[in-house]
Amino acid sequence: MKRNARFRVTLMTSALALAVYAATASAQQPLPPLPTPDTPPPVPPILQSYKPVTQDELKQPADGDWLMYRRTYNGWGYSPLSQVTAENVGRLKPVWTLATGQVEGHQAPPIVKNGVMFVATPGNQVLAIDAKAGNVLWRFKRPIPDDMLLLHPTSRGVGLLGDKVYFAAADAVLVALDAKTGKEVWKAPVEDYTHGYYMSLAPLVADGKVIVGVSGGELGVRGFVAAFDAETGKPAWKTYTVPAPGEPGSNTWPTGDQWKTGGSSVWITANYDPETNLSFWGTGNGGPWMGDQRPGDNLYTSSVIALDTATGKIKGYHQYHPNDSWDWDEVSPPILVDYQHNGKTIKGLVDVARDGYLWMLERTGDKINFIDGKPFVKQNVFSRLDPETGRPEIDPARKPATGKKADFCPSLWGGKDWPPVAYSPKTRLLYIPANENLCGTIIGEPVTYTPGQRYVGATSTMYIDQGADHIGELQAWNLDTEQKVWSHPFANSQLWGPVLATAGGVLFAGGTNDRYFRAFDASNGKTLWEFRTSSGVNGVPVSFQIDGKQYIAVQSGWGVDAARMQARLNLARPWEFPDVPQGGSIWVFAVD
Amino acid sequence: MPSKASLMLRSALRAHLEARTTAMQPRWRCGAGRIGRRVALELGLCFALAPRLALAQTEPARERPKENDLLVNVTAAAALEPLKPDDLSLDVKQTLAWPMDPETKTLRNGSRLNKVLLLRLDPEGFDPETKERAAEGVVAYSAICPHTGCDVTNWHPDRQLLECPCHYSTYDPKEEAKVVSGPSPRRLPALPLKIADGRLAVAKPFIGRPGFQQM
Repeated sequence: MKRNARFRVTLMTSALALAVYAATASAQQPLPPLPTPDTPPPVPPILQSYKPVTQDELKQPADGDWLMYRRTYNGWGYSPLSQVTAENVGRLKPVWTLATGQVEGHQAPPIVKNGVMFVATPGNQVLAIDAKAGNVLWRFKRPIPDDMLLLHPTSRGVGLLGDKVYFAAADAVLVALDAKTGKEVWKAPVEDYTHGYYMSLAPLVADGKVIVGVSGGELGVRGFVAAFDAETGKPAWKTYTVPAPGEPGSNTWPTGDQWKTGGSSVWITANYDPETNLSFWGTGNGGPWMGDQRPGDNLYTSSVIALDTATGKIKGYHQYHPNDSWDWDEVSPPILVDYQHNGKTIKGLVDVARDGYLWMLERTGDKINFIDGKPFVKQNVFSRLDPETGRPEIDPARKPATGKKADFCPSLWGGKDWPPVAYSPKTRLLYIPANENLCGTIIGEPVTYTPGQRYVGATSTMYIDQGADHIGELQAWNLDTEQKVWSHPFANSQLWGPVLATAGGVLFAGGTNDRYFRAFDASNGKTLWEFRTSSGVNGVPVSFQIDGKQYIAVQSGWGVDAARMQARLNLARPWEFPDVPQGGSIWVFAVD
Repeated sequence: MPSKASLMLRSALRAHLEARTTAMQPRWRCGAGRIGRRVALELGLCFALAPRLALAQTEPARERPKENDLLVNVTAAAALEPLKPDDLSLDVKQTLAWPMDPETKTLRNGSRLNKVLLLRLDPEGFDPETKERAAEGVVAYSAICPHTGCDVTNWHPDRQLLECPCHYSTYDPKEEAKVVSGPSPRRLPALPLKIADGRLAVAKPFIGRPGFQQM
């Protein structure tokens, strides 16, 4: 009996212990309920008073705003703000900085409207920030599929119209966000990522449309530009940059189905002429890389095309070099600027090309005319340009092919890759972030197309030319005389820094492997100020104004091709070009 | 008879496990590879298609490599001829392969994350883990670079390093494919091998998760 009782007590104790355990496992102390979509976070006052962006504002932005990739449709990257000058820029100090939580290339400009900043980063992320205080207002993130081949993990920014923020997501989906909440308003599929299509550009917003192009020139895509209704996301038009059989230009793809995988990707925002409603898009390399594997001129690869923004119709084009075999994408579009040539004013298009030439073109309502072209870095591939058409004559020894190795300058990254130039109407100078003294080799090999896989068929190297005393070079050119006015060399670094010009006579650019963000005198290229950020600066710098004060902003975050070039430089001169630390952050500066 | 307490315990554990299972269930994937499905996803038709796609998800061709799977060269996949160690030459550039179910002969090429690279090297140079996973000097790793998802196709014969052609991350196949240089955040997942009837076969599932991961 006693034993039995003891046994019972033991049993009860164990049962109690188990019950306590069970209770803990099944019902912990209840947590407070999670916020639900029914109770959205309060909209911060600065967003409550956010004013919709009008189409007129895009044409003529307020001096203190930066509403699109290059601030204005002409692509100048110029701010009319002038408080920061050559005299006081030495007192420029960080106001705030913010970690983006992402690695890889942070290339987007902080877009600023009425004190609200919108920043796109790698990782399909858009941040809205109080531009003065640095508070995060909302954060949008879209998952990237884990089976994606994302060759260039970056974004070059958002577009604005009305109360919406437009973001070209990496997985080839265009997303419209509510500027006040960051919530998705609509999304439009652009193409299929499993077939190699992805996006990295900032959408062009013009004529009531949101217009994007697709990346994937190394993955056998057929490039195109597509427009969507800005309000609804409904597709408006789609124009391929490689013609199908029967379409104009299809005779430049005479062999089989090569046009279907012909590349000609579009991964930088077009510049736009509201007068003619034409947008000017730069196009990428042909696919695969070796021209002998796709005979013909291959329109419209490595070209600029003028698209009627209303219909998408190709109204004009200029191909910088036919049958590209050097991976010279010509995606950064020409800027719209008038210049003097032979005593005549030309309504101009000026392009600083990856092929190492400065191209002087003319824009009309229905045509692009060649005016002149000259190299801005060492270029040994073109022996001459046809004076009428600008078509280059190619030195055959400098053109790689399948099984044929060729040595050429500039390297496959070109005299200037994607980082945009800037133009100042005050100095009337064009500012070019160039890379000089880099050459390379390519040898082609046969390659089979598999959807969504690399479709390049080439092995490349890069080297520093003998006797080189510098690599990166910030150049200033007078467009009326076609002369280089000054040049600022960087002895031990490449230059991957988009340029900002300001009315204060100060230029801003990062782009070097030493993590500096710098200010230069626009008239002579002298360094006026420099600041070492957390990573290398590949971002597009901007300037804006709040409560009467001028700010400069840029993203720091090294990656993508700047990092690839660093790896290749480190092979050329071992240990001299170590990896640059990655990790993105936004920096905002002002003079005390 | 089970006591009340143990019943409570059991139901509590079951509830706990069920909650975990639900949480761990993968999200519906409409994007199985064809544009139609992706468009469907974007148009919000995902739910309508979900039951059918739920089946597609367990499609053997999409499942990760399993024990006893054989390996077939991607360029000769149509012939379904399993690779033997002697099909790979010593110290030569990697061969890309798909796993194949040995019973049904299903090639697991429904997901690019199943693609593996094979190398035959002198096992003397292997670290203990790699030695353990190798079969007759053949090592297998996920072919997908964890940086941005490119296929790791370059080979530096002089230093015996694998290189991704996209952003030049290099990996040492003799030391668990650890990252030697470049932007890759982690090593290539290893796929332990064994020999079955003279052919290369999968000994264990991937060690680690193939593919890249968004931050």
